[in-house]
Amino acid sequence: MNNNYLRRFGLLLGAGLVAGSALAEQGDAGRGLLAAATCTACHQADGSGLHVENGESWPRLAGLDAAYIVKQLHDFKEGRRQSATMMPFANMLDDQQVLDVAAYYSQLEVTPGQGGDKADEALLARGEQLANRGDWDAYIVSCKSCHGPGGMGVGSDFPGIASQHAGYIQAQLQAWKDEERSNDPQNLMGSIAKRLSDDDIQAVSAWYARQNASQAAGE
Amino acid sequence: MTMHKRTLVLAIATTSLVAGLAMTAYAANGESESEAMPYQNLTELGYPAPQEGELVHVPPTMEDLEAADIHPELKKVIRYGYELFTDTQQLRDKYVYNDMNCSSCHLGEGRQPFSAPVWTAAVTLPDFRGKNQHVNSLEERIAGCFAYSMNGVPPEYGSDEMLALSAYHQWLATGAPMYPDKPIYGRGFPAPDEPEQAPDYARGEAAYQENCAICHQEDGSGHYENGEYVFPAPWGDGSNNWGAGIARLDTAAGFIQNNMPLGQPHSLSDQQAWDIAYYVSSQERPQDPRYTGDVAETAERFHGRSLYGKAREHDDHVLGDHDNFGDKGDAQPWNVGMPRFENLSED
Repeated sequence: MNNNYLRRFGLLLGAGLVAGSALAEQGDAGRGLLAAATCTACHQADGSGLHVENGESWPRLAGLDAAYIVKQLHDFKEGRRQSATMMPFANMLDDQQVLDVAAYYSQLEVTPGQGGDKADEALLARGEQLANRGDWDAYIVSCKSCHGPGGMGVGSDFPGIASQHAGYIQAQLQAWKDEERSNDPQNLMGSIAKRLSDDDIQAVSAWYARQNASQAAGE
Repeated sequence: MTMHKRTLVLAIATTSLVAGLAMTAYAANGESESEAMPYQNLTELGYPAPQEGELVHVPPTMEDLEAADIHPELKKVIRYGYELFTDTQQLRDKYVYNDMNCSSCHLGEGRQPFSAPVWTAAVTLPDFRGKNQHVNSLEERIAGCFAYSMNGVPPEYGSDEMLALSAYHQWLATGAPMYPDKPIYGRGFPAPDEPEQAPDYARGEAAYQENCAICHQEDGSGHYENGEYVFPAPWGDGSNNWGAGIARLDTAAGFIQNNMPLGQPHSLSDQQAWDIAYYVSSQERPQDPRYTGDVAETAERFHGRSLYGKAREHDDHVLGDHDNFGDKGDAQPWNVGMPRFENLSED
C-alpha cells in the first residue's frame, strides 16, 4: 500500500464522517481493503495484477473506474461475462462487498502495464495508429475515440486501457472477436474487435501496455 | 520511391455493377490495393456498392504523405492541415467557439465515403452554391464550416490555417479528376429512404436514449474527460449553430444512419435514423449567424429543410427564437453575407 493511497483513504474517511450513509451505498474503500483479501492473490494488494506470458494475465485494477469494476463483477456473478477463473471469486462477494472492493481498487494509484516491452517498432507503430487514428479503410475506429485521450478511460462505460497488461488486453479483444465476451454496452467493442486482425490485437495491446497512465495524468 | 497518380477505368465483364466505373486512387510502388474493388468492406457493412458511371476515389493516407515525392515544406503544411482538421479545438476561442472538430462529422479524417468526404470540395469548387447564391472557392467553403458548423469566425483567406486546411483537402483529392462529369460515390451524407411513418419526437427521444446517450449523454451535452473533448455535443452551445448543413433534417438523418453509432453504421433502421434526427433537430443550438432579428423571416429565407422557426408540438417552443449565439457572443463571422461578383453583368 503506498502513501498516495493512505492519503486518499484518509480523505475518504474524513468525508465518510460527514456522509457515512451515502458512502455505504457507494462502497467503502476501507471495508473494500478487507473484502479484497480474496482478490489479492492475483490482482495484488496494490491492484497491479500481472502479465503472464503465454498464460492467463490478471488485469491491473488499480485506478479503474469504480462503477466499471462493479458492473464487471455483477456480470461475472450473473453470467453475462464468462470467466472460469473469476466466477468463483466474484460469487464470494455480496452486493455491498462488490461496491467496497470497487471503491478500494479505484482509489489506488495506476501501476505500469506489463508485456509490451518485446514489441518491435513496426508493431508499436501499428498499435499507435489504431489507438489514436484507427484504420478507416478497414472501418476500424480509433481506440481513443471511446477510451479517451491517452486511453485513460471515459466515465464508467469506457475503461482506461493505458497501463493495462498486454496479455489481458489481447485476451479480451480476442474474446470479443471470437464472441466469447459480449458484456459491452451496445456491442460497441464487439463490432470493432471483429475487424481487428490478430496482429492488430497484438499491436494495440503492446502499445497501450507501454503507455504510463499515471504519468500521463501528471501524477 | 516515386508515387504516381492513376486513374483507372474498370470494365469487368463478369460483373454487372462495375462496368464503366471510374476509379481513382493514389498508388505506391506501382502496386495498388485499389486495383481490387475499393470499399468492398463498406458494402459488407450495409453501404451501397459503387454504381456504374460513378466516380470512385480512394484518397491518400497520412502514410502515403510521408512517402510522397513532394516538397518537404508542402508536406509540413499538409500535415498541419491534417492536425487542424482532426484537432480543430486547438483553434478554440480564436476561430472555433463550440466543442467540435472538423473530424467530428467528417469521420475517418475526412476520407470516409458517406461521411461527407472533404476531397470532393477540392475537385468541384469553384462552383455556385445555393446556400449563399454565388460562386464559392474551396477557402470560402471551408470558411462556411467555421461560421456555421464550428459556430465560429473563419481564419482569413490566405492565412496559414486556411492554406493548410485547403492543402489537406487538395492532397486528399490527389488523382481525382477536376470538375468530374460523373456523380461521386459516397459524397455528402445521403439521406435514408423516406420512413414509413412521419418522423416523431417521442420515438426519436426513445431511440436516442437507447442508442446515442451512452456517448452523447442524455441531455446532448457530449462528454469531456479531464477537460478534454471525447464525444461531441449533438445540440446546445457546444454544438453547431442553426445555420450548419447538419441542422437540416435530411442531412442529420443521413449522417446518423451512415455513421452512427460509431463503428456500427447502417445498424439503425431508416425510421430510427429519421426519428433520432427529428429529436436532435428539435433541440436548441446557437442562433444562425444570418439571423435578421426575426425568427420567422430568417426561417423563410434560409430554412426550408430544418425545423428552425417551427413550434415544437409538445411544448410550443419556437426553435431558434432566441438571441443566444453561443460562446462566440458578439463575434461576427465576417464571411456571412459577404457579396461577391456584383459587377458582373447579367449574362
